[in-house]
Amino acid sequence: MTALPSTEQVWKALAQIPDPEIPVINVVEMGIVRGVEIEGNKATITMTPTFSGCPALHLIREQLERTVRALGFDPVEVKTVLSPAWSTDWISPEAKERLRQYGIAPPKPRGAQDFLIELEAAPTPCPRCGSLNTSVKNTFGPTLCKAIYVCNNCQEPFESFKTV
Amino acid sequence: MRSEVREALIAKLTALADDEVILAHRNSEWVGHGPILEEDIALANIVQDELGHATLWYGLRQQLDGSDPDQLAFFRDANEYRCCELVELPKGDWAFTMLRQYLFDLYEALWLEAARHSTYQPLADAVQKIIREERFHLQHTQAWVERLGQGTEESNRRLQQALEMQWSYAQQLFVPIPGEELLVAEGIVPDLAPIKERWLEHSTRHLQAAGLKLPINPGYQPTSRAYHTEHLWSLLAEMQSTARWDAEAKVW
Repeated sequence: MTALPSTEQVWKALAQIPDPEIPVINVVEMGIVRGVEIEGNKATITMTPTFSGCPALHLIREQLERTVRALGFDPVEVKTVLSPAWSTDWISPEAKERLRQYGIAPPKPRGAQDFLIELEAAPTPCPRCGSLNTSVKNTFGPTLCKAIYVCNNCQEPFESFKTV
Repeated sequence: MRSEVREALIAKLTALADDEVILAHRNSEWVGHGPILEEDIALANIVQDELGHATLWYGLRQQLDGSDPDQLAFFRDANEYRCCELVELPKGDWAFTMLRQYLFDLYEALWLEAARHSTYQPLADAVQKIIREERFHLQHTQAWVERLGQGTEESNRRLQQALEMQWSYAQQLFVPIPGEELLVAEGIVPDLAPIKERWLEHSTRHLQAAGLKLPINPGYQPTSRAYHTEHLWSLLAEMQSTARWDAEAKVW
């Protein structure tokens, strides 16, 4: 009988799964996968939703299960936890840089937020030319996690990750 | 948990979820018909978030009584729904839709803020999740109220008209459901009375700053969530038709 992969190897395999809506970063860097537990042949993966209504969640759950099953684990359980609530602070710095290169302005550090009073802590720099002279076109974008901006310097519209 | 508290919590979670589902469905009627593309997208985003919130509330109920969220959404009749009447009203014009969403968002944001410290941990966890999404909604609809109120004579007139219709309906959001006092006593959900005061204070200030007049005539104010407007029947007929034709349809 061949030995099953270690917890670390499972994490590595999961890091091969791209986020379905933002393929330049994977689900581990995104902070969606919260835990991997191995008990004999059984693997339990814990995940947390980014946005509660995100339509990609079903797909991510299926892909996590399929990936771990393909490593030889059986049964495989994918658990969803809400607490602590997902935050864009969990997206790794390397992944944030890749977002920027992909043309999506990365989220800012979250800090303390009084949710009724919404103040932009720092201006959002254009991911293409780096100008700070940008304005919000729409606080909602093509996916739940993004807003639409336009750069007043290079005239390019761009998406910006919401800070949550 | 004592059985009467559990029953009250199931009822409260149902009411919270039902409000979100029905409002989301109403607003989804704008998809493809928004005044401009950006707004079409924004409202669709808000709808998707509200459906996510409903999923969380139904999910909490499921943990208590094993009920299936899809069954609750698609196989209950209007009489079994526990939404408030405000969310059932036809979508009307853009001013009507934006004002309703604003009044509801402000209530939801304030309720969530007060519910963060719920003694029932699963509810407190769900609140932490929802609160982060809700502030984007409030920011958006608040701006629309201001824009329409201070826009043109026509946009102000339409918004004022919507306010006169909705103001008294909105008060139902602050009517406790039967047994809610048990939940408040246990610290599971916040007391609605102080939330209503804050809501009145915030909304009055914002609406007046937008150039609107609060209705003097109190109008019809629904109280029990067991009763509904005629509009809920036609809404459900549409919303539930696919599921009732083919309950096993798993792919959307």
